[in-house]
Parts: sequence; C-alpha cells; structure tokens
Amino acid sequence: MTNQFQSNMPIYLQLVNNFKHRIVSGELKAGSKLESVRELAISFEVNPNTMQRALAELERDGLVYADRTVGRFITDNKELIIKMREAVAQEIIGQFIQQMRSLGFSEREAMELFHKALEKEDSGNEQSK
Amino acid sequence: MSNQNSIQDMNKTNELVRITNLTKKYKNKAALSNINLILEPGHIVGLLGPNGSGKTTLIKILAGALNDFDGAVTVNGKSVGPESKALVSYLPDSAYFSPWMCPLDMIALFKDFYSDFDEHKCLEMLRRLGLNEKQRIKTMSKGMIEKFQLCLVMSRNAMLYILDEPIGGVDPAARDFILDTILTNYNEDATIFLSTHLISDVERIFDTVIFLREGEIVLQGNIDNIRAEEGKSIDQLFREVFKC
Repeated sequence: MTNQFQSNMPIYLQLVNNFKHRIVSGELKAGSKLESVRELAISFEVNPNTMQRALAELERDGLVYADRTVGRFITDNKELIIKMREAVAQEIIGQFIQQMRSLGFSEREAMELFHKALEKEDSGNEQSK
Repeated sequence: MSNQNSIQDMNKTNELVRITNLTKKYKNKAALSNINLILEPGHIVGLLGPNGSGKTTLIKILAGALNDFDGAVTVNGKSVGPESKALVSYLPDSAYFSPWMCPLDMIALFKDFYSDFDEHKCLEMLRRLGLNEKQRIKTMSKGMIEKFQLCLVMSRNAMLYILDEPIGGVDPAARDFILDTILTNYNEDATIFLSTHLISDVERIFDTVIFLREGEIVLQGNIDNIRAEEGKSIDQLFREVFKC
C-alpha cells in the first residue's frame, strides 16, 4: 500500500475514493464489517485521524454506517451501491470526454477511437486466453 | 464511546504542550525566535525545516535536554524539567549507547529509569524488526541502531513522543517498517512530535505539520487542509517554501 497516493489531493479524499471503488465493485461486500480505524490506518500507513476523516465522509455518503458498540459496516443498501456505482462510472466518463475535448477530438472521432480501443482490447483478451 | 469516556474527554485540558514566546540564542545568534505553539493529545505532528532552521533546538528544549532559554514551555501543565521528562519519550538525533552494550543492557537501564517502560513490548518489537537482543551495539549497522533506539523509545507508555530524525539512516524498506512501528505502537491519546527532512516518505502519517524557517514558525496546519488549499503535497510545498 506504499506510495499510492497522489500529491495534488488530500489523502483522506483518496482514501474515500479507494473505499468507494471497492464498495461499488463488490470487493468490499455489502453489510460486511470494517476493521477498526487503527487497523485500517496501519494497513494504509496513514495517520489515524486522516482515516477517521475518510470514514466520516463515507458515513455522510451513506456507504458506511457505524454501530456505536460493534463497529463500522459497509451499507447493505444495495440500491445506494448501484447508484453510487453509476455515479463513479459517470465521473470516469466525464473525465474521458473532457480530456478528449481538450485534445481537440470531435464527439464522433472520440467514439470511433473508443470503439477501436474496445475491439483491440477484446481481441487482445481472446489471444491471451 | 461510553458516557464516562466523554466526561473524561471534557475534563481533559486538551493541551498537551504549550510553548509561549520561546526564544533561544546561541551567543548572539537566535536559534529560535518567539515561538508560540500548542499541541493537543492524539496527533502525529511533523516538524519540518531545512538544516539549521532550529528543529533540533526546539526538540531539545521540549524534551528537557536544554534549559537555558527565554519563554515558557510546559508539557501537560508542567514546566519542562524532571517532572515533564517522566511524560516524554525522547529519541535524540544521535545514539547515546556505549558500544560494548547489547540491547538487553539498555532494556535493563530503561526499566530502572522509566516506570512506564514495557519490557515485553520492547523485546517483541526487537524480534519483529529482526534484531538480536544480545548483539553488541558496536557490531550493529547504523540502521540497526536506529531501529533499536526506536524500539526503546516506543516501548514507553508516554504522553508525548519526541522523535528527532527517526528515519534518517535507514533504507526505504526499513523506513516503511519504522513508520509501521510508530503507527502500531503509539497510544491514541498520546502525541508524536517528529522531525524529518524525508517528507515525501512520511507525510502520510502526519495529521499536522509545522514549517520552521530560521527559528520561526512560518506555517502550521492540518496536512489535508494544506493539501486541499495548495493542491500539492507537503513535500512539494516544502520545496517551494524553502527553495534555495
């Protein structure tokens, strides 16, 4: 987990994104229990207060909830997870569109390149099988 | 958190260190000028500054190792001195071991000196770091000595840990291990005050940083707030602020 943080963004936000990604992708199962702040801070090698701030943010988003006595859990609200998954996808697509525009590609050119890349990837996957 | 705990929290002064108008001169040169600083419990604070900015002087004063200064410095309400030293676990910037000693000798000394020293914890940490408790200091590498020193210091159950350049002499792999040791072994109500110039390696374990320049505090704040405001890491900001 060392040095995976980008320098231009607060660490806690990068932790939030990391958890969000793992929740919506199903790597972290809905309803499962999270480790303690301390354990998470150690495994990410970050300050416990920074980890605390990230978890508070996830709680505000509803992706994580805290049970006072038992600890923190990933939400079991499947609808919310699906919605969040779409939101993450939208964000990635938005970045793609923005970057293609800044390179001067038209919508059609961008779509063509996108499809070509997909085909290449598919055939690449076929070959590696 | 239980009710009892929250009442205790309210009673806590929430002020572990208070430094008021601290000035320290060597001959006519000011090493520290009019420093004012408050540290609360439960934080890992990075003290950052170029060589000669006063980091070690500030640390020595806080640790009670230097006592001719102007101003007031208290730890948990007590002026720095024998009483505050009992609350402070201090890692100096150079090792003070006698070369004939082995870790077991030092552990016996620490047990005598500090009532809050946890021998069991220290031995466990030594083993985890791959050190032999019977190896003589003079046969140890610089990195091994640094690791051993850190084990001793982190094995005390102190309110304030003051670490002067704890990772200067070890390779990057051992650095991660040392950071891990610091994170694993400090009690969450304690505060760690750590100086370093290897900022990019350690900034993630800080929540607060202090920039020291020519004996004055030029920046102090929460690292993520600084990163958000500046759009850059503490390491990058440091390179800009202290550009030669």
